[in-house]
Amino acid sequence: MQEFFHSVTLDRDKCRGCINCIKRCPTEAIRVRNKKAYIIAERCIDCGECIRVCPHHAKRATCDSLDILNKYKYTIALPAPSFMAQFNNLEDIDIVLNALIDFGFNEIFEVAKAAEIVSAATRKLMESRKLPRPVISSACPAVTRLIRVRFPGLIDQVLPLHAPIEVAARMAKRAAAAKTGLPLSEIGAIFISPCPAKVTATKMPLGTEKSWVDGVVAVSDIYPKLLGLMKDAASHEIAMLSETGKIGLSWGSSGGESSGLINDNYLAADGIENVIRVLEDLEDEKFRDVDFIELNACSGGCVGGVLNVENPYVAKTKLYRIRKHLPVSLNHLEDADLADPKLKNDLSWDTPLEFVPVMKLDEDVFEAMKKMEQAEEICQSLEGLDCGSCGAPSCRALAEDVVRGLASIDDCVFRFKEKNGYVPAPFRSEQVGVKDGKEETV
Amino acid sequence: MSGLKWTFEVDGNDFTRAGEASSSLKKKLRALGVSPDIIRRVSIALYEGEINMVIHANGGTIDVEMTPDRIDMVLKDTGKGIPDIEQAMQAGWSTAADEVRSLGFGAGMGLPNMKKNTDEMRIESTVGVGTTVYMTIYIS
Repeated sequence: MQEFFHSVTLDRDKCRGCINCIKRCPTEAIRVRNKKAYIIAERCIDCGECIRVCPHHAKRATCDSLDILNKYKYTIALPAPSFMAQFNNLEDIDIVLNALIDFGFNEIFEVAKAAEIVSAATRKLMESRKLPRPVISSACPAVTRLIRVRFPGLIDQVLPLHAPIEVAARMAKRAAAAKTGLPLSEIGAIFISPCPAKVTATKMPLGTEKSWVDGVVAVSDIYPKLLGLMKDAASHEIAMLSETGKIGLSWGSSGGESSGLINDNYLAADGIENVIRVLEDLEDEKFRDVDFIELNACSGGCVGGVLNVENPYVAKTKLYRIRKHLPVSLNHLEDADLADPKLKNDLSWDTPLEFVPVMKLDEDVFEAMKKMEQAEEICQSLEGLDCGSCGAPSCRALAEDVVRGLASIDDCVFRFKEKNGYVPAPFRSEQVGVKDGKEETV
Repeated sequence: MSGLKWTFEVDGNDFTRAGEASSSLKKKLRALGVSPDIIRRVSIALYEGEINMVIHANGGTIDVEMTPDRIDMVLKDTGKGIPDIEQAMQAGWSTAADEVRSLGFGAGMGLPNMKKNTDEMRIESTVGVGTTVYMTIYIS
Protein backbone atom coordinates (compact mmCIF):
# COMPACT_ATOMS: atom_id res chain seq x y z
CA MET A 1 0.00 0.00 0.00
CA GLN A 2 1.40 3.31 -1.10
CA GLU A 3 1.53 5.92 1.63
CA PHE A 4 -0.32 9.14 1.09
CA PHE A 5 0.38 12.56 2.37
CA HIS A 6 -2.32 15.17 2.19
CA SER A 7 -2.21 18.79 3.12
CA VAL A 8 -5.98 18.90 3.39
CA THR A 9 -7.03 17.35 6.70
CA LEU A 10 -10.07 17.24 8.95
CA ASP A 11 -10.54 18.83 12.35
CA ARG A 12 -12.73 16.08 13.83
CA ASP A 13 -14.05 18.25 16.65
CA LYS A 14 -15.42 20.85 14.26
CA CYS A 15 -16.87 18.44 11.69
CA ARG A 16 -20.63 17.88 12.07
CA GLY A 17 -20.91 15.31 9.33
CA CYS A 18 -22.95 17.48 6.99
CA ILE A 19 -22.88 16.90 3.24
CA ASN A 20 -21.43 20.19 1.98
CA CYS A 21 -17.95 18.87 1.30
CA ILE A 22 -18.91 15.47 -0.12
CA LYS A 23 -21.06 17.15 -2.77
CA ARG A 24 -18.32 19.53 -3.87
CA CYS A 25 -15.36 17.14 -4.05
CA PRO A 26 -14.33 16.75 -7.73
CA THR A 27 -12.99 13.22 -7.24
CA GLU A 28 -15.77 12.01 -4.88
CA ALA A 29 -13.10 11.46 -2.25
CA ILE A 30 -15.19 12.17 0.85
CA ARG A 31 -17.75 10.01 2.70
CA VAL A 32 -19.52 10.69 5.96
CA ARG A 33 -19.15 7.94 8.55
CA ASN A 34 -19.68 8.10 12.28
CA LYS A 35 -20.94 11.70 11.86
CA LYS A 36 -17.56 12.78 10.48
CA ALA A 37 -16.27 13.42 6.98
CA TYR A 38 -13.72 10.86 5.96
CA ILE A 39 -11.24 11.56 3.15
CA ILE A 40 -10.35 8.63 0.89
CA ALA A 41 -6.62 9.29 0.71
CA GLU A 42 -5.84 7.85 -2.70
CA ARG A 43 -8.56 9.92 -4.36
CA CYS A 44 -7.89 13.33 -2.81
CA ILE A 45 -6.13 15.81 -5.12
CA ASP A 46 -5.74 18.51 -2.44
CA CYS A 47 -7.64 21.07 -4.48
CA GLY A 48 -8.96 22.73 -1.33
CA GLU A 49 -12.61 22.88 -2.48
CA CYS A 50 -13.73 21.28 0.80
CA ILE A 51 -11.81 23.89 2.80
CA ARG A 52 -13.57 26.61 0.85
CA VAL A 53 -17.05 25.14 1.22
CA CYS A 54 -17.05 23.83 4.82
CA PRO A 55 -19.37 26.07 6.89
CA HIS A 56 -17.79 24.86 10.14
CA HIS A 57 -14.17 25.42 9.12
CA ALA A 58 -13.47 21.78 9.86
CA LYS A 59 -11.29 21.27 6.80
CA ARG A 60 -7.87 22.80 6.92
CA ALA A 61 -4.54 22.87 5.15
CA THR A 62 -1.47 21.66 6.97
CA CYS A 63 1.44 23.98 6.25
CA ASP A 64 4.79 24.52 7.92
CA SER A 65 4.96 26.99 10.79
CA LEU A 66 7.10 30.10 10.45
CA ASP A 67 9.61 28.47 12.83
CA ILE A 68 10.84 26.46 9.88
CA LEU A 69 13.30 29.30 9.22
CA ASN A 70 15.26 28.17 12.29
CA LYS A 71 15.85 24.73 10.82
CA TYR A 72 18.30 25.97 8.18
CA LYS A 73 21.56 27.93 8.20
CA TYR A 74 20.57 29.82 5.07
CA THR A 75 16.98 30.45 4.02
CA ILE A 76 15.50 31.52 0.72
CA ALA A 77 11.97 32.89 0.47
CA LEU A 78 10.06 31.87 -2.65
CA PRO A 79 7.07 34.24 -2.80
CA ALA A 80 4.25 33.27 -5.20
CA PRO A 81 3.29 35.81 -7.90
CA SER A 82 -0.20 36.07 -6.40
CA PHE A 83 1.37 37.07 -3.06
CA MET A 84 2.16 40.50 -4.53
CA ALA A 85 -1.55 41.04 -5.10
CA GLN A 86 -2.47 40.75 -1.41
CA PHE A 87 -1.47 44.27 -0.36
CA ASN A 88 -3.21 47.63 -0.58
CA ASN A 89 -1.63 50.40 -2.64
CA LEU A 90 1.54 48.47 -3.31
CA GLU A 91 3.51 50.34 -5.96
CA ASP A 92 6.78 48.51 -5.75
CA ILE A 93 7.31 44.77 -5.32
CA ASP A 94 10.68 45.53 -3.75
CA ILE A 95 8.89 46.74 -0.61
CA VAL A 96 7.50 43.22 -0.10
CA LEU A 97 10.83 41.59 -0.92
CA ASN A 98 12.76 43.88 1.44
CA ALA A 99 10.23 43.14 4.19
CA LEU A 100 10.80 39.40 3.68
CA ILE A 101 14.54 39.96 4.20
CA ASP A 102 13.79 41.98 7.35
CA PHE A 103 11.56 39.12 8.49
CA GLY A 104 14.58 36.84 8.55
CA PHE A 105 15.11 35.27 5.14
CA ASN A 106 18.68 35.46 3.84
CA GLU A 107 17.63 35.72 0.23
CA ILE A 108 14.62 36.02 -2.07
CA PHE A 109 13.98 34.13 -5.27
CA GLU A 110 10.70 35.22 -6.82
CA VAL A 111 8.59 32.34 -8.14
CA ALA A 112 7.57 34.84 -10.85
CA LYS A 113 11.20 34.85 -12.03
CA ALA A 114 11.11 31.07 -12.43
CA ALA A 115 7.72 31.43 -14.12
CA GLU A 116 9.29 33.61 -16.81
CA ILE A 117 11.90 30.92 -17.40
CA VAL A 118 9.16 28.27 -17.59
CA SER A 119 7.29 30.52 -20.06
CA ALA A 120 10.43 30.81 -22.20
CA ALA A 121 10.97 27.03 -22.07
CA THR A 122 7.29 26.44 -22.94
CA ARG A 123 7.57 28.75 -25.97
CA LYS A 124 10.61 26.77 -27.16
CA LEU A 125 8.88 23.45 -26.58
CA MET A 126 5.77 24.63 -28.41
CA GLU A 127 7.87 25.85 -31.35
CA SER A 128 9.53 22.44 -31.61
CA ARG A 129 6.04 20.92 -31.99
CA LYS A 130 7.16 17.78 -30.16
CA LEU A 131 4.08 17.61 -27.95
CA PRO A 132 0.59 16.55 -29.03
CA ARG A 133 -1.75 19.57 -29.27
CA PRO A 134 -3.31 21.14 -27.44
CA VAL A 135 -0.64 21.20 -24.75
CA ILE A 136 -2.11 21.22 -21.23
CA SER A 137 -0.42 23.26 -18.51
CA SER A 138 1.09 21.33 -15.60
CA ALA A 139 1.45 24.32 -13.27
CA CYS A 140 -1.61 23.72 -11.09
CA PRO A 141 -0.85 20.62 -9.00
CA ALA A 142 -4.52 19.95 -8.27
CA VAL A 143 -5.27 19.85 -12.00
CA THR A 144 -2.30 17.59 -12.75
CA ARG A 145 -3.49 15.23 -10.02
CA LEU A 146 -7.03 15.38 -11.33
CA ILE A 147 -5.83 14.41 -14.82
CA ARG A 148 -3.80 11.57 -13.33
CA VAL A 149 -6.82 9.99 -11.64
CA ARG A 150 -9.68 10.92 -13.97
CA PHE A 151 -8.37 11.71 -17.47
CA PRO A 152 -5.73 9.12 -18.42
CA GLY A 153 -6.25 9.80 -22.13
CA LEU A 154 -4.90 13.32 -21.72
CA ILE A 155 -1.68 12.51 -19.85
CA ASP A 156 0.48 12.68 -23.00
CA GLN A 157 -0.63 16.25 -23.60
CA VAL A 158 0.49 17.52 -20.19
CA LEU A 159 3.46 19.90 -20.39
CA PRO A 160 6.42 17.90 -19.01
CA LEU A 161 7.97 20.87 -17.22
CA HIS A 162 8.19 21.51 -13.50
CA ALA A 163 5.89 24.16 -12.07
CA PRO A 164 7.62 27.53 -11.44
CA ILE A 165 7.82 26.85 -7.70
CA GLU A 166 9.93 23.72 -8.24
CA VAL A 167 12.14 25.49 -10.79
CA ALA A 168 12.58 28.40 -8.38
CA ALA A 169 13.67 26.10 -5.54
CA ARG A 170 16.17 24.26 -7.72
CA MET A 171 17.74 27.36 -9.26
CA ALA A 172 17.82 29.25 -5.97
CA LYS A 173 19.35 26.42 -3.96
CA ARG A 174 21.98 25.63 -6.54
CA ALA A 175 23.04 29.29 -6.73
CA ALA A 176 22.99 29.70 -2.95
CA ALA A 177 25.13 26.58 -2.46
CA ALA A 178 27.70 27.96 -4.91
CA LYS A 179 27.64 31.36 -3.20
CA THR A 180 27.79 30.26 0.44
CA GLY A 181 29.68 26.98 0.18
CA LEU A 182 26.99 25.37 2.34
CA PRO A 183 25.66 21.89 1.51
CA LEU A 184 22.18 21.85 -0.03
CA SER A 185 20.82 20.23 3.15
CA GLU A 186 21.58 23.37 5.16
CA ILE A 187 19.86 25.68 2.69
CA GLY A 188 16.10 25.93 3.09
CA ALA A 189 13.91 26.99 0.15
CA ILE A 190 10.62 28.09 1.70
CA PHE A 191 7.57 28.66 -0.49
CA ILE A 192 5.03 31.28 0.53
CA SER A 193 1.96 29.53 -0.76
CA PRO A 194 -1.60 30.47 -1.69
CA CYS A 195 -2.70 26.84 -1.86
CA PRO A 196 -2.69 23.48 -0.06
CA ALA A 197 -2.10 21.49 -3.25
CA LYS A 198 1.37 23.02 -3.40
CA VAL A 199 2.13 21.57 0.04
CA THR A 200 1.25 18.13 -1.24
CA ALA A 201 3.18 18.77 -4.45
CA THR A 202 6.35 19.34 -2.44
CA LYS A 203 5.89 16.29 -0.18
CA MET A 204 4.72 13.91 -2.92
CA PRO A 205 5.78 15.52 -6.18
CA LEU A 206 4.72 14.46 -9.68
CA GLY A 207 7.28 14.56 -12.48
CA THR A 208 10.21 13.93 -10.15
CA GLU A 209 11.23 11.75 -7.22
CA LYS A 210 11.94 14.49 -4.72
CA SER A 211 11.01 18.14 -4.55
CA TRP A 212 13.68 20.73 -3.76
CA VAL A 213 11.19 22.86 -1.85
CA ASP A 214 11.99 22.40 1.84
CA GLY A 215 8.99 24.04 3.41
CA VAL A 216 5.69 25.69 2.62
CA VAL A 217 4.23 28.47 4.72
CA ALA A 218 0.75 29.85 4.16
CA VAL A 219 0.31 33.37 2.83
CA SER A 220 -2.28 33.91 5.57
CA ASP A 221 0.31 33.06 8.27
CA ILE A 222 3.09 35.39 7.11
CA TYR A 223 0.87 38.23 5.85
CA PRO A 224 0.10 39.93 9.18
CA LYS A 225 3.75 39.72 10.24
CA LEU A 226 4.86 41.38 7.03
CA LEU A 227 2.60 44.44 7.08
CA GLY A 228 4.56 46.27 9.78
CA LEU A 229 7.88 45.39 8.19
CA MET A 230 6.62 46.74 4.88
CA LYS A 231 5.75 50.06 6.47
CA ASP A 232 9.31 50.27 7.81
CA ALA A 233 10.79 49.24 4.46
CA ALA A 234 8.77 51.89 2.60
CA SER A 235 10.16 54.63 4.84
CA HIS A 236 13.80 54.14 3.93
CA GLU A 237 16.06 53.34 0.99
CA ILE A 238 15.34 49.81 -0.16
CA ALA A 239 17.40 47.30 -2.10
CA MET A 240 16.34 46.61 -5.67
CA LEU A 241 15.70 42.89 -5.48
CA SER A 242 12.91 42.17 -7.95
CA GLU A 243 13.90 40.43 -11.16
CA THR A 244 10.46 39.95 -12.62
CA GLY A 245 8.55 41.37 -15.54
CA LYS A 246 4.93 41.33 -16.65
CA ILE A 247 4.85 37.68 -17.69
CA GLY A 248 6.10 36.34 -14.36
CA LEU A 249 3.63 38.32 -12.28
CA SER A 250 0.78 37.50 -14.63
CA TRP A 251 1.07 33.82 -13.67
CA GLY A 252 -0.69 34.76 -10.43
CA SER A 253 -4.10 34.87 -12.10
CA SER A 254 -5.96 32.83 -14.69
CA GLY A 255 -4.77 33.51 -18.24
CA GLY A 256 -1.36 34.69 -17.06
CA GLU A 257 0.57 31.60 -18.00
CA SER A 258 -1.03 31.70 -21.45
CA SER A 259 -0.20 35.38 -21.94
CA GLY A 260 3.45 34.39 -21.56
CA LEU A 261 3.25 32.33 -24.74
CA ILE A 262 2.79 35.47 -26.89
CA ASN A 263 0.29 33.51 -28.94
CA ASP A 264 -3.42 34.19 -28.66
CA ASN A 265 -4.40 30.67 -29.66
CA TYR A 266 -5.05 29.47 -26.13
CA LEU A 267 -7.85 28.71 -23.71
CA ALA A 268 -7.72 29.44 -19.99
CA ALA A 269 -10.29 27.95 -17.60
CA ASP A 270 -10.47 28.37 -13.85
CA GLY A 271 -12.56 26.92 -11.04
CA ILE A 272 -12.58 23.15 -10.61
CA GLU A 273 -16.00 22.59 -12.25
CA ASN A 274 -15.00 24.57 -15.33
CA VAL A 275 -11.70 22.73 -15.44
CA ILE A 276 -13.51 19.37 -15.44
CA ARG A 277 -15.84 20.52 -18.21
CA VAL A 278 -12.87 21.56 -20.37
CA LEU A 279 -11.05 18.28 -19.69
CA GLU A 280 -14.16 16.31 -20.66
CA ASP A 281 -14.46 18.30 -23.88
CA LEU A 282 -10.78 17.76 -24.52
CA GLU A 283 -11.26 14.01 -24.14
CA ASP A 284 -13.94 14.28 -26.79
CA GLU A 285 -11.42 16.16 -28.98
CA LYS A 286 -13.54 19.27 -29.13
CA PHE A 287 -10.65 21.75 -29.27
CA ARG A 288 -8.68 20.83 -32.35
CA ASP A 289 -7.42 24.28 -33.23
CA VAL A 290 -6.23 25.44 -29.81
CA ASP A 291 -2.49 25.29 -29.05
CA PHE A 292 -2.47 25.60 -25.30
CA ILE A 293 -4.85 24.95 -22.43
CA GLU A 294 -4.27 26.66 -19.11
CA LEU A 295 -6.23 25.21 -16.20
CA ASN A 296 -6.43 26.45 -12.64
CA ALA A 297 -8.42 24.60 -9.97
CA CYS A 298 -9.18 27.81 -8.09
CA SER A 299 -11.55 30.46 -9.42
CA GLY A 300 -9.49 33.33 -10.76
CA GLY A 301 -6.30 31.26 -10.76
CA CYS A 302 -3.73 31.33 -7.94
CA VAL A 303 -5.16 34.61 -6.59
CA GLY A 304 -8.16 32.42 -5.69
CA GLY A 305 -6.08 30.07 -3.51
CA VAL A 306 -7.69 29.28 -0.16
CA LEU A 307 -4.62 30.40 1.81
CA ASN A 308 -4.68 33.92 0.36
CA VAL A 309 -6.17 36.84 2.27
CA GLU A 310 -7.49 39.13 -0.48
CA ASN A 311 -10.66 38.61 -2.52
CA PRO A 312 -9.50 36.90 -5.75
CA TYR A 313 -11.04 39.45 -8.09
CA VAL A 314 -9.69 42.43 -6.16
CA ALA A 315 -6.32 40.67 -6.14
CA LYS A 316 -6.41 40.24 -9.91
CA THR A 317 -6.97 43.96 -10.39
CA LYS A 318 -4.09 44.70 -8.03
CA LEU A 319 -1.84 42.29 -9.88
CA TYR A 320 -2.64 44.00 -13.18
CA ARG A 321 -1.90 47.39 -11.66
CA ILE A 322 1.50 46.28 -10.33
CA ARG A 323 2.53 44.70 -13.63
CA LYS A 324 1.39 47.66 -15.72
CA HIS A 325 4.70 49.36 -16.47
CA LEU A 326 7.02 46.41 -15.99
CA PRO A 327 9.18 45.05 -18.82
CA VAL A 328 7.49 42.16 -20.61
CA SER A 329 9.99 39.69 -19.19
CA LEU A 330 13.31 40.01 -17.40
CA ASN A 331 14.25 36.36 -17.83
CA HIS A 332 15.11 34.72 -21.10
CA LEU A 333 16.38 31.41 -22.41
CA GLU A 334 18.78 30.94 -25.29
CA ASP A 335 19.17 27.60 -27.07
CA ALA A 336 22.64 27.36 -25.52
CA ASP A 337 21.13 27.67 -22.01
CA LEU A 338 18.89 24.70 -22.67
CA ALA A 339 21.89 22.55 -23.57
CA ASP A 340 23.10 22.90 -19.95
CA PRO A 341 22.16 19.63 -18.21
CA LYS A 342 21.74 21.39 -14.85
CA LEU A 343 19.18 23.81 -16.22
CA LYS A 344 17.47 20.97 -18.06
CA ASN A 345 17.25 19.15 -14.75
CA ASP A 346 15.85 22.28 -13.08
CA LEU A 347 13.16 22.59 -15.74
CA SER A 348 12.12 19.20 -17.06
CA TRP A 349 10.28 16.29 -15.53
CA ASP A 350 12.46 13.26 -14.96
CA THR A 351 9.60 10.94 -14.02
CA PRO A 352 6.66 10.53 -16.38
CA LEU A 353 3.11 11.18 -15.23
CA GLU A 354 1.25 7.91 -14.84
CA PHE A 355 -2.40 7.02 -14.66
CA VAL A 356 -3.53 6.09 -11.16
CA PRO A 357 -6.86 4.33 -11.54
CA VAL A 358 -8.31 5.14 -8.12
CA MET A 359 -11.87 5.14 -9.42
CA LYS A 360 -11.84 1.64 -10.88
CA LEU A 361 -14.10 -0.99 -9.37
CA ASP A 362 -11.74 -3.97 -9.45
CA GLU A 363 -8.19 -4.95 -10.38
CA ASP A 364 -9.56 -7.57 -12.75
CA VAL A 365 -11.27 -6.20 -15.85
CA PHE A 366 -14.00 -8.87 -16.01
CA GLU A 367 -14.68 -8.50 -12.31
CA ALA A 368 -14.81 -4.70 -12.77
CA MET A 369 -17.30 -5.05 -15.63
CA LYS A 370 -19.48 -7.29 -13.52
CA LYS A 371 -19.38 -4.82 -10.67
CA MET A 372 -20.20 -1.96 -12.98
CA GLU A 373 -23.29 -3.80 -14.18
CA GLN A 374 -24.33 -4.44 -10.59
CA ALA A 375 -23.70 -0.81 -9.68
CA GLU A 376 -25.87 0.31 -12.57
CA GLU A 377 -28.68 -1.97 -11.44
CA ILE A 378 -28.47 -0.66 -7.90
CA CYS A 379 -28.34 2.88 -9.16
CA GLN A 380 -31.56 2.29 -11.15
CA SER A 381 -33.30 1.08 -8.01
CA LEU A 382 -32.37 4.20 -6.05
CA GLU A 383 -34.47 7.34 -6.13
CA GLY A 384 -31.78 9.42 -7.82
CA LEU A 385 -32.11 12.39 -5.50
CA ASP A 386 -28.33 12.56 -4.90
CA CYS A 387 -29.19 13.86 -1.44
CA GLY A 388 -25.99 12.72 0.23
CA SER A 389 -27.79 11.45 3.34
CA CYS A 390 -26.14 8.04 2.95
CA GLY A 391 -22.75 9.69 3.31
CA ALA A 392 -21.86 9.31 -0.38
CA PRO A 393 -21.99 12.27 -2.77
CA SER A 394 -24.51 10.76 -5.21
CA CYS A 395 -26.74 7.71 -5.72
CA ARG A 396 -24.23 6.50 -8.28
CA ALA A 397 -21.38 6.82 -5.75
CA LEU A 398 -23.41 4.86 -3.17
CA ALA A 399 -24.10 2.13 -5.73
CA GLU A 400 -20.37 1.86 -6.45
CA ASP A 401 -19.57 1.79 -2.75
CA VAL A 402 -22.09 -1.03 -2.34
CA VAL A 403 -20.48 -3.22 -5.02
CA ARG A 404 -17.07 -2.45 -3.53
CA GLY A 405 -18.40 -3.77 -0.22
CA LEU A 406 -17.96 -0.40 1.46
CA ALA A 407 -21.62 0.44 2.01
CA SER A 408 -25.06 -1.16 2.16
CA ILE A 409 -28.02 -0.33 -0.04
CA ASP A 410 -29.97 0.20 3.17
CA ASP A 411 -27.78 3.25 3.79
CA CYS A 412 -30.23 5.01 1.49
CA VAL A 413 -32.50 6.87 3.90
CA PHE A 414 -35.42 6.99 1.48
CA ARG A 415 -35.34 3.29 0.76
CA PHE A 416 -35.14 2.49 4.43
CA LYS A 417 -38.05 4.73 5.35
CA GLU A 418 -40.19 3.48 2.47
CA LYS A 419 -39.59 -0.07 3.61
CA ASN A 420 -41.15 0.92 6.90
CA GLY A 421 -44.22 2.39 5.28
CA TYR A 422 -43.24 6.04 5.63
CA VAL A 423 -43.37 8.29 2.58
CA PRO A 424 -40.59 10.89 2.76
CA ALA A 425 -41.52 14.50 1.96
CA PRO A 426 -40.00 14.67 -1.54
CA PHE A 427 -42.35 11.86 -2.63
CA ARG A 428 -45.54 13.04 -0.92
CA SER A 429 -48.17 14.63 -3.12
CA GLU A 430 -48.60 17.77 -1.04
CA GLN A 431 -48.51 21.38 -1.94
CA VAL A 432 -45.73 23.29 -0.36
CA GLY A 433 -46.52 26.24 1.87
CA VAL A 434 -50.18 25.52 2.71
CA LYS A 435 -50.70 25.34 6.45
CA ASP A 436 -54.35 25.90 7.41
CA GLY A 437 -54.65 22.52 8.96
CA LYS A 438 -56.09 20.91 5.84
CA GLU A 439 -53.32 20.51 3.35
CA GLU A 440 -54.39 20.75 -0.23
CA THR A 441 -53.14 17.97 -2.40
CA VAL A 442 -52.06 18.42 -5.96
CA MET B 1 26.75 72.15 -20.23
CA SER B 2 26.52 68.69 -21.64
CA GLY B 3 24.86 66.14 -19.43
CA LEU B 4 24.86 62.40 -18.93
CA LYS B 5 24.02 60.48 -22.07
CA TRP B 6 22.72 56.96 -22.51
CA THR B 7 21.78 55.04 -25.62
CA PHE B 8 19.55 51.98 -25.63
CA GLU B 9 19.11 49.67 -28.58
CA VAL B 10 15.55 48.32 -28.68
CA ASP B 11 15.36 44.80 -30.10
CA GLY B 12 12.28 44.53 -32.27
CA ASN B 13 12.58 40.81 -32.85
CA ASP B 14 12.06 39.66 -29.28
CA PHE B 15 8.84 40.93 -27.79
CA THR B 16 9.70 39.39 -24.41
CA ARG B 17 12.51 41.96 -24.04
CA ALA B 18 10.21 44.97 -24.48
CA GLY B 19 10.41 47.39 -21.56
CA GLU B 20 13.97 46.56 -20.55
CA ALA B 21 15.38 49.95 -21.65
CA SER B 22 12.99 51.93 -19.49
CA SER B 23 13.61 49.54 -16.61
CA SER B 24 17.37 50.04 -16.81
CA LEU B 25 17.01 53.84 -17.10
CA LYS B 26 14.80 53.73 -14.00
CA LYS B 27 17.58 51.98 -12.08
CA LYS B 28 20.13 54.59 -13.19
CA LEU B 29 17.89 57.48 -12.16
CA ARG B 30 17.28 55.86 -8.79
CA ALA B 31 21.02 55.50 -8.23
CA LEU B 32 21.40 59.20 -9.08
CA GLY B 33 18.85 60.11 -6.43
CA VAL B 34 16.33 61.69 -8.82
CA SER B 35 13.00 62.33 -7.10
CA PRO B 36 10.51 59.43 -7.23
CA ASP B 37 7.88 61.51 -9.04
CA ILE B 38 10.26 62.40 -11.89
CA ILE B 39 11.44 58.78 -12.09
CA ARG B 40 7.86 57.60 -12.34
CA ARG B 41 7.01 60.03 -15.15
CA VAL B 42 10.21 59.32 -17.09
CA SER B 43 9.86 55.58 -16.82
CA ILE B 44 6.17 55.50 -17.78
CA ALA B 45 6.70 57.79 -20.81
CA LEU B 46 9.75 55.87 -21.97
CA TYR B 47 8.09 52.52 -21.27
CA GLU B 48 5.09 53.33 -23.45
CA GLY B 49 7.35 54.65 -26.22
CA GLU B 50 9.59 51.61 -26.06
CA ILE B 51 6.62 49.21 -26.21
CA ASN B 52 5.33 51.08 -29.28
CA MET B 53 8.73 50.68 -30.96
CA VAL B 54 8.62 46.91 -30.39
CA ILE B 55 4.95 46.34 -31.24
CA HIS B 56 4.70 48.62 -34.27
CA ALA B 57 8.15 49.44 -35.61
CA ASN B 58 10.44 46.44 -35.21
CA GLY B 59 12.66 48.20 -32.67
CA GLY B 60 14.99 51.19 -32.90
CA THR B 61 17.23 53.40 -30.79
CA ILE B 62 16.56 55.46 -27.67
CA ASP B 63 18.85 58.37 -26.76
CA VAL B 64 18.52 59.88 -23.31
CA GLU B 65 20.31 63.02 -22.14
CA MET B 66 20.08 64.27 -18.60
CA THR B 67 21.23 67.64 -17.26
CA PRO B 68 20.55 68.92 -13.73
CA ASP B 69 17.36 70.63 -14.92
CA ARG B 70 15.92 68.37 -17.64
CA ILE B 71 15.73 64.90 -19.17
CA ASP B 72 15.45 64.65 -22.95
CA MET B 73 14.49 61.40 -24.66
CA VAL B 74 14.62 60.72 -28.39
CA LEU B 75 13.02 57.50 -29.65
CA LYS B 76 13.90 56.76 -33.24
CA ASP B 77 12.68 53.90 -35.38
CA THR B 78 12.64 52.99 -39.06
CA GLY B 79 9.26 51.30 -38.93
CA LYS B 80 6.14 51.74 -41.01
CA GLY B 81 5.38 55.24 -39.72
CA ILE B 82 2.12 56.75 -38.41
CA PRO B 83 -0.30 57.81 -41.20
CA ASP B 84 -2.48 60.00 -38.96
CA ILE B 85 -0.75 61.29 -35.83
CA GLU B 86 -3.86 63.07 -34.53
CA GLN B 87 -5.83 59.81 -34.65
CA ALA B 88 -2.97 57.88 -33.07
CA MET B 89 -2.94 60.35 -30.18
CA GLN B 90 -6.60 59.64 -29.34
CA ALA B 91 -7.17 57.57 -26.22
CA GLY B 92 -8.38 54.09 -27.14
CA TRP B 93 -7.06 54.05 -30.71
CA SER B 94 -4.89 50.97 -31.23
CA THR B 95 -3.53 48.84 -34.02
CA ALA B 96 -1.78 46.34 -31.72
CA ALA B 97 -1.94 42.62 -32.50
CA ASP B 98 -4.23 40.34 -30.47
CA GLU B 99 -1.47 38.19 -29.01
CA VAL B 100 -0.12 41.07 -26.88
CA ARG B 101 -3.49 42.10 -25.49
CA SER B 102 -3.53 39.42 -22.79
CA LEU B 103 -0.50 41.16 -21.28
CA GLY B 104 -2.47 44.37 -21.04
CA PHE B 105 -1.20 46.04 -24.22
CA GLY B 106 -3.27 47.40 -27.05
CA ALA B 107 -5.58 49.57 -24.93
CA GLY B 108 -4.71 52.58 -27.06
CA MET B 109 -3.28 54.50 -24.11
CA GLY B 110 0.41 54.52 -25.11
CA LEU B 111 0.75 57.89 -26.84
CA PRO B 112 -1.78 59.66 -24.57
CA ASN B 113 0.17 58.38 -21.54
CA MET B 114 3.44 59.66 -23.01
CA LYS B 115 1.89 63.07 -23.57
CA LYS B 116 0.43 63.12 -20.06
CA ASN B 117 3.70 62.30 -18.33
CA THR B 118 5.99 64.64 -20.26
CA ASP B 119 6.33 68.43 -20.31
CA GLU B 120 7.02 68.53 -24.03
CA MET B 121 6.38 65.92 -26.71
CA ARG B 122 6.73 66.07 -30.47
CA ILE B 123 6.26 63.31 -33.08
CA GLU B 124 7.86 63.30 -36.53
CA SER B 125 6.68 60.48 -38.73
CA THR B 126 6.83 59.57 -42.40
CA VAL B 127 4.92 56.54 -43.66
CA GLY B 128 7.35 53.89 -44.88
CA VAL B 129 10.37 55.71 -43.44
CA GLY B 130 9.92 55.74 -39.69
CA THR B 131 8.99 57.68 -36.59
CA THR B 132 10.95 59.84 -34.15
CA VAL B 133 9.44 60.88 -30.84
CA TYR B 134 11.01 63.73 -28.80
CA MET B 135 10.07 63.94 -25.12
CA THR B 136 11.26 66.31 -22.40
CA ILE B 137 10.66 66.27 -18.66
CA TYR B 138 11.87 69.20 -16.50
CA ILE B 139 13.46 68.17 -13.25
CA SER B 140 13.03 71.25 -11.10
